[in-house]
Amino acid sequence: MSAVVLADLAYWQVSILRVLGLLAAVLLPAGTIVYLFLFKMMSFMQSRLGPMEAGPYGSMQLLAEVGKWLQKEDLFPNGADRRVFAWAPIVVVASTFIMYTVVPFGPDAWFADIPTGIYFALAVSSVSVIGILMAGWASANKYSLMGGLRSAGQLIAYELPLVLAVLGVVIQAGTMNMQGIVEAQRNGEMFGVGFIGNPYIITQFVGFAVFMIAMQAELTQPPFDMPVAESELVAGYMTEYSGFRFLLFFIGEYATAGAFSAIAAVLFLGGWALPGIGFDADIMNLLGPLVMLTKMMLIVFLVMWFRFTYPRFREDQLQIFAWKYLIPVSLVNIAVTAVLKVAF
Amino acid sequence: MTAISERQQRAYIASQAADMRVNVELETEGMTLNIGPQHPATHGTLRIIVKLDGEQVVAADPVPGYMHRGYEKLTEVRTFPQVNSLINRIDWLGSFANEVPFILAAEQLMDVEAPPRAQWIRTLLFELSRIANVTLFLGDMAVQLGAVTPVFYAFRDREYVLNLIESATGGRFHPNFDRIGGLKDDLPKGWIAETKQVMVKVNAFCDELETLLVGNEIFNLRTRGIGVIPPEVALSYGLSGANLRSSGVDWDNRRDTPVGLVYDKLDWKVWTHPDGDSFARYWVRLQEVREAAKMVIQLCDGLPPGPIMAKVPRIIKVPAGEAWVATENPLGEMGYYVVSKGDLVPFRVKIRSASFNNISIVPWLLRGVYVPDVITILASLYFILGDIDR
Repeated sequence: MSAVVLADLAYWQVSILRVLGLLAAVLLPAGTIVYLFLFKMMSFMQSRLGPMEAGPYGSMQLLAEVGKWLQKEDLFPNGADRRVFAWAPIVVVASTFIMYTVVPFGPDAWFADIPTGIYFALAVSSVSVIGILMAGWASANKYSLMGGLRSAGQLIAYELPLVLAVLGVVIQAGTMNMQGIVEAQRNGEMFGVGFIGNPYIITQFVGFAVFMIAMQAELTQPPFDMPVAESELVAGYMTEYSGFRFLLFFIGEYATAGAFSAIAAVLFLGGWALPGIGFDADIMNLLGPLVMLTKMMLIVFLVMWFRFTYPRFREDQLQIFAWKYLIPVSLVNIAVTAVLKVAF
Repeated sequence: MTAISERQQRAYIASQAADMRVNVELETEGMTLNIGPQHPATHGTLRIIVKLDGEQVVAADPVPGYMHRGYEKLTEVRTFPQVNSLINRIDWLGSFANEVPFILAAEQLMDVEAPPRAQWIRTLLFELSRIANVTLFLGDMAVQLGAVTPVFYAFRDREYVLNLIESATGGRFHPNFDRIGGLKDDLPKGWIAETKQVMVKVNAFCDELETLLVGNEIFNLRTRGIGVIPPEVALSYGLSGANLRSSGVDWDNRRDTPVGLVYDKLDWKVWTHPDGDSFARYWVRLQEVREAAKMVIQLCDGLPPGPIMAKVPRIIKVPAGEAWVATENPLGEMGYYVVSKGDLVPFRVKIRSASFNNISIVPWLLRGVYVPDVITILASLYFILGDIDR
């Protein structure tokens, strides 16, 4: 249906629709994550209520916060590299936006159907490191600099297990296209039982665990929040930011959480597909985004649960964990997956 | 020319060598980082000048004094009962414990002894303020290590204890309840039963933290073997309280120098830990909260009847003389050296607060550690800014 409608439109009209859709896809999950998990779940875990005044049950709190940030002065510290300082948050947010483009939300509800989608998403996710390094360097603050450098070291170390964990899925699905991975899971079967397809969380459980841990680190959430460690580095690379630019970092943090969880939902939880409804059914263009949102929230719930429970690692322990445990485990996972793929 | 001992010479050469190592051997530039006076980890205005080589600390120098309020001098223009309200503000988390040694010193000079019931209630409130103080440490240490949740549990359960203190004394934070010769008031009705219920909650809080933090692998990774203080070093720097006991030194003023309080009538234990690292300091404090809860229940059960105030004149003039009384406060040994010339006001009061000595070990302890460990060590030493700067 929508495919028919889209086909009738001019290229520029489709592009505008896609951009608006992407904005919604980035901002809506980010807002939901902030309200559901950062405001409410965190509060309930810590035996308090969280925001209650703004809107029913505090649901408008985020709007109030955004309004507050927008009103603040656009500060540049003395000695800051102004142009780099100003661009750093935009680079971080841009990488998140580009990551979302390859995530499918339905048979026709996608922004860009790239044949090597997952490869592209993981590649652009590393662009945010550049933004963080820029912020750390340009702030002319020692805490920021240390935060930026820690961040670079951490993100580079955890990129590897992340990619290696995805490789298992790619081997099993036989494609790098995100839509193809969804289809492979939907049409797959476990031991001859094909009723719910074959979500790779079952066959690739090791990969899923490694992916979740590496994702936690990529998002710099505790226990891997060395770059922003608030008790040591004040706020790491974000220390000197305020107002709108801080808001961009803030959106970036939770939108990236949404983007990674969307990718995890596609790779391991079967994406937008529902059992019993045809793969190309038009109704899935409406239901698909809701299914995806549910799965994303499940994954972000796990991330946030760890975040509010664990103390943080030290920098060297964090590197040891990546290089000595996660990477060997994911390499073994790849080897086993490859052997089984050939055998069966 | 001043004589320089061999030890000083060696220390100088070592410090020079440390600077050289930064600049020449590794060809890296050192960085001086000011941790504080405004920094989340110092929960107050302590400034620590840290020389860094990468993330490794080459030298650390604590600069206290940003919150100095001149209490020792202020006491000289206040009458003895007025001083009492002033010294509440030294260690603001366990205020009642600050009053006790001063009052005991004044009583010693006046040759007055508080009636038994007053002594028991004093001990009771003393231990309650220890719980109120140390539970916050137990949560705060977790925050410094990056776990945000335990501190809220600490605030939640500490509130019950503060409510007890408030209903008994009228003040949540600064009771100003102790008087020369006894106490201001007796305990309110129903307070004893409520206290026992709260102690159940305090024990539950300790169990909760034991499973949430002490058993956590990351917490163990971050604290075990970090900031090890050998017993002889701890003694030479004048550490006291849990910081000393976690180095394996079995010393507790409550047991070893009992003055005016009834600890000798209670069944309790001094906890020590042989390791002397940050984990040991956390663990010892956790046990001490439990021990304090145990003591509070015993104190509630054994509270003798009788008056709460001895006979003291209405206008208190303390006879000439000098007295030193030290008690085991939540942060460590706290003592007052009171000199009186037979006036309404003390002639001189020297306050020995625990935190000031406890952070004196910082330059020795921080050398060679990484920046995240600086925070762990500072948190585990547990200082209160008011207690450092007075």
